[in-house]
Amino acid sequence: MSLFDWFADRRKATPVVRATQDVEDGDGLWSKCPECSLVVYRKDLIANASVCSGCGHHHRLDSSARLLLMADEGSFEPIDRDLAPTDPLAFKDRRSYADRILDSQSSTGLRDAVVTGFGRLDGMPLALGVMDFRFMGGSMGSVVGEKLTRLIEAATERRVPVVIVCASGGARMQEGMLSLMQMAKVSGALQRHRQAELLYIPLLTHPTTGGVTASFAMLGDLILAEPKALIGFAGRRVIEQTLREKLPDGFQTAEYLQDHGFIDHIVPRTRLKATLSSLLRLHGCGLAVAA
Amino acid sequence: MARRPLLDFEKPLVELEEQIEQIRQLAKDSEVDVSQQLLQLETLAARRREDIFSALTPSQKIQVARHPQRPSTLDYIQVITEEWLELHGDRRGFDDRALVGGVGRIGDQAVVLLGQQKGRDTKENVARNFGMASPGGYRKAMRLMDHADRFRLPIISFIDTPGAYAGVLAEEQGQGEAIAVNLREMFRLRVPIIATVIGEGGSGGALGIGVADRLLMFEHSVYTVASPEACASILWRDAAKAPAAAAALKITAADLLQLGVIDAVLSEPSGGNHWSPVQAAQTLRAALLEQLEDLGRLRESELLNQRYEKFRRMGRFIEAGATDSSLST
Repeated sequence: MSLFDWFADRRKATPVVRATQDVEDGDGLWSKCPECSLVVYRKDLIANASVCSGCGHHHRLDSSARLLLMADEGSFEPIDRDLAPTDPLAFKDRRSYADRILDSQSSTGLRDAVVTGFGRLDGMPLALGVMDFRFMGGSMGSVVGEKLTRLIEAATERRVPVVIVCASGGARMQEGMLSLMQMAKVSGALQRHRQAELLYIPLLTHPTTGGVTASFAMLGDLILAEPKALIGFAGRRVIEQTLREKLPDGFQTAEYLQDHGFIDHIVPRTRLKATLSSLLRLHGCGLAVAA
Repeated sequence: MARRPLLDFEKPLVELEEQIEQIRQLAKDSEVDVSQQLLQLETLAARRREDIFSALTPSQKIQVARHPQRPSTLDYIQVITEEWLELHGDRRGFDDRALVGGVGRIGDQAVVLLGQQKGRDTKENVARNFGMASPGGYRKAMRLMDHADRFRLPIISFIDTPGAYAGVLAEEQGQGEAIAVNLREMFRLRVPIIATVIGEGGSGGALGIGVADRLLMFEHSVYTVASPEACASILWRDAAKAPAAAAALKITAADLLQLGVIDAVLSEPSGGNHWSPVQAAQTLRAALLEQLEDLGRLRESELLNQRYEKFRRMGRFIEAGATDSSLST
């Protein structure tokens, strides 16, 4: 054990008040890791791709921070930014869907839970879709489905690879069956992209569950995931409560899925761009001609 | 005819049913001709039933859709086919009894038939896992659909599941991946695909065999993005709000026709399909034959394009400058 590990263990053992503040919220100068309680200078954390230097915890990233990490500087051109959700069922639970949309829009500055567009990665052109968990848990409704479908169709047209960063609780219940059908719609577009013999790589980040797992998250030619990300089809609570099964250690983590053969490679975020770059190059994407 | 268990909203019928039964017994024991009274009461009962079933709430429809005696996939297959042979296994070490399939013939048309299979009682349901298919079930379905593609047999799929199985083993074996692959690959199949929601269409588990050229739905069937119980406990934080969730989610055949999710509603006999399974099967058979003929006229490329476009259109959103929902049906 290195001295560093010893310190890390000490930090874990010390009964400090757990920080609730994550990188994505709060504007303080300092940030405390929710896993190991290490307090770091916020700028340093961001410089390290929002990965804790103490314990390696991957803080949640919003879509713009993620794009900064992945696309070559200034290369990303968003598409379909004006696509916005509507309320087809006039859905209201404890609050109305319309209110929830407005709340998410004003707190994130986004229209819905995914940003799509074209950019370059180490000079290689690619289509990029990045889900944003802050927007209603990254749930997939009509807008997420439509934007991803348009992205994939355009990528097929331009003959470029697609990379989608998944972060989602699944289908957006407030749009009912229209949400479920987005799973089929996006999968159909991926089928055409695949027929055109083009590369698709989803990156599964914390958390990727439900209808997203049962569609485009699991359809990659190659599937990458971030360390310790929660990835699964059914929710843990559903499995625990309704079936009274005891869950194995590390159940539904990226590592667990890799052990069972469903993920190709777990990539620490600090190595993400280099890994993608290598994969794109190995699959001849450096030779693709941008439209 | 054996008495069927009545659903709670059928209570107004109980008294009438009892009267009819009493008179029948009386008639047996005496010489009195009661056929006139019987006819009257039966007509009245039928009218009451009609009234009740034409005004079912979404949560009542769920009860009908989940009725233990509602005809199942194998019930329909046995009635609507002239020939039928069940085929087993995913060729990866498993045969899921919750998802059945095989080859058969409807009229002159050889087809592949498949669907989720529920049981009628607890014992059967344990064997069928309550119609909740495992990853192996979806892979078995895909294997049969690939077979259909290879031999140019149209695919007839029956949807009747509370959802894909949610358990440790299912996760370990890749439930998400199994369903996802079906969604993608069904867009590739060069044969007509007709899916019918015969009972409960539970979310991704239903869609996993539901990417079809035509999606039909029986009148009292339901199709949900998430079970109203789950939805209520997540969004309302109260599972008892399931009836409210059922109404809000728009899960009935009529609603889904309007939203452009399904293509046609198959009407049910008064009292629901479990009151007259044979009539239900006849309705289904006629609808399938009609759709088969319709789709049989399309060239392969037309079929594939139309299937793609059908799903491509689904969803509602606002585009820049537009004031209302743009895409629908």
